Amino acid sequence: MNLTAAIRERDPTALPGKRDEAWRWTDLRGLIRVVPPASEAVDPRDVGQGPFEHLVSASYLVANGGRDVRIEVAAGEEQVVALRFLARGAGSHTARAEVDVAAGGRLTLLETYEGGDGGYVAHALLAIQLGEAAALERIVLAADGAEGVSVSEAEVRLAARADYGQSVLLAGARRQRIETRVAHPGGGAKLRLDGVYLLADKRHADLTTVVTHEGTDGVTMQMTKGVVRDQARGVFQGRIVVAQGADRTDARMEHHALILSDRAEVDAKPELEIYADDVACSHGNTIGALDEEALFYARQRGIPEVQARALLTEAFIGEVIDRIGHEGAREIVRLWAAQRLGG
Amino acid sequence: MLNVQDLHASVGGTEILKGLSLEIPAGQVHAVMGPNGAGKSTLSYVLTGRAGYEVTGGTATLEGEDLLALSPDERSARGVFLSFQYPLEIPGVPALTFIRTALNAQHKARGEDEIAAPAFLKLAREKAAALKIDFEMLKRPLNVGFSGGEKKRMEILQMAILSPRMLILDETDSGLDIDAMKIVADGVNALRAPDRAMLVITHYQRLLDYITPDRVHVLAGGRIVASGGPELALQLEREGYDKYARAA
Repeated sequence: MNLTAAIRERDPTALPGKRDEAWRWTDLRGLIRVVPPASEAVDPRDVGQGPFEHLVSASYLVANGGRDVRIEVAAGEEQVVALRFLARGAGSHTARAEVDVAAGGRLTLLETYEGGDGGYVAHALLAIQLGEAAALERIVLAADGAEGVSVSEAEVRLAARADYGQSVLLAGARRQRIETRVAHPGGGAKLRLDGVYLLADKRHADLTTVVTHEGTDGVTMQMTKGVVRDQARGVFQGRIVVAQGADRTDARMEHHALILSDRAEVDAKPELEIYADDVACSHGNTIGALDEEALFYARQRGIPEVQARALLTEAFIGEVIDRIGHEGAREIVRLWAAQRLGG
Repeated sequence: MLNVQDLHASVGGTEILKGLSLEIPAGQVHAVMGPNGAGKSTLSYVLTGRAGYEVTGGTATLEGEDLLALSPDERSARGVFLSFQYPLEIPGVPALTFIRTALNAQHKARGEDEIAAPAFLKLAREKAAALKIDFEMLKRPLNVGFSGGEKKRMEILQMAILSPRMLILDETDSGLDIDAMKIVADGVNALRAPDRAMLVITHYQRLLDYITPDRVHVLAGGRIVASGGPELALQLEREGYDKYARAA
């Protein structure tokens, strides 16, 4: 099971599917009978601005794969960088990015997935390394097309006292998956791992995270919220492993979803695996409808139903968006979410 | 102003209101008192259009307009305001944002201009001060973590800002200590006006020491079974609802 190999060899039997435990709700093997041919090259001059580009000092564009990106932040340096993965047409492609933040460096990574209308199959692989006491805030806006299949996998390693914050916003696609695997091998690292999925029509989004605490005194604060309507399907798989000896780990995982129609679906699998003794770990998971009493209350005050629903759902996910540190990016994300909830 | 005739309403197939009639002219305050289970809260929800409260007969009009044909937000834009017995918590929405959204939605429904942010803040500051509400509290999510008294004051604040024509107060005294009740009653009395009507729903007489009604009605068994002046409230306080409960 290797998506990059499946795309490169055009071999559908190599695609991950429901027999793979980690992919049982996002079954690509069952979906894709024929892996499409390689995507055509895109002329970067035909590509407009991305949503975050006015906020950054450097911008990297990966259009229909075919290019590896390396982003380096030297010790003590600070950067704000955009990383854009574009998918156009109906071919298949893969891309790789390496992100390296040296000791004491700081990076804000504003990452976007910008898909066209075609039935593309795209895979992005990121390798992210944080040196001692380095800080990275990664904000991911995943705006794929309704017919696209898009998978992004990030492998994150945190050295001692590193500070990693992540907020992923997903609007879904034919299949869309953002997977993040974080290892805390160093001690005292801090991790914030947030997600928001806002799904309509027949869109599918899968937010999968695996966090492994190997050093002592690590912190993981994870909050994911989702809103699904129509026949959309949201998947949340969150796993936190606290290895033997990773004492004084503090790990909290929360996932809350609102289902706004009878035919929408949310599948959630929160898992805590704890092999250390002295830890504080918890998880909370709720899936439900919008509070009808609150809705009536808002309407009694004169707010029409559609607007009242939008107000309450925006407030529901607002708690996650408020945790984004970069102010400019936070407001763009808030607007992006409001547009998806308004209709 | 408000005219309710022979109103019948059911909740979950059980008839709660069984031919209720009530008229409140503009400028007047009427109290509806009754024992638990008489249909007091049902009356407030039927008048405001809550889902699950099915009207099976009768009419309810405001200034001649059929209320029952309108959605809850349309009734609100026409000037119907319900102060809830248990105000809802709205996580994630600051009180100021909520109230401003409501005010502008009402303005829009009536074809009036939106109120600009500075004018709204000035209005909110004035009304909050009059109700002894700390302005900072209005920046917090509406009612989240507020005490019972704070929630009730927040209802009266919304009422003062939205400036409705027909005010319905459902058990506004419940959960209030005497100081909070005086503040709330002062807020309500400040809204008394020749072009407004008020319906004060209460189980106990004590709120009526502070908000003096023009008329008092006894609601029992889903109907108004007796009406009188303010002295009727005092009589109920002395004698209880027993004889009305039996009559119903």
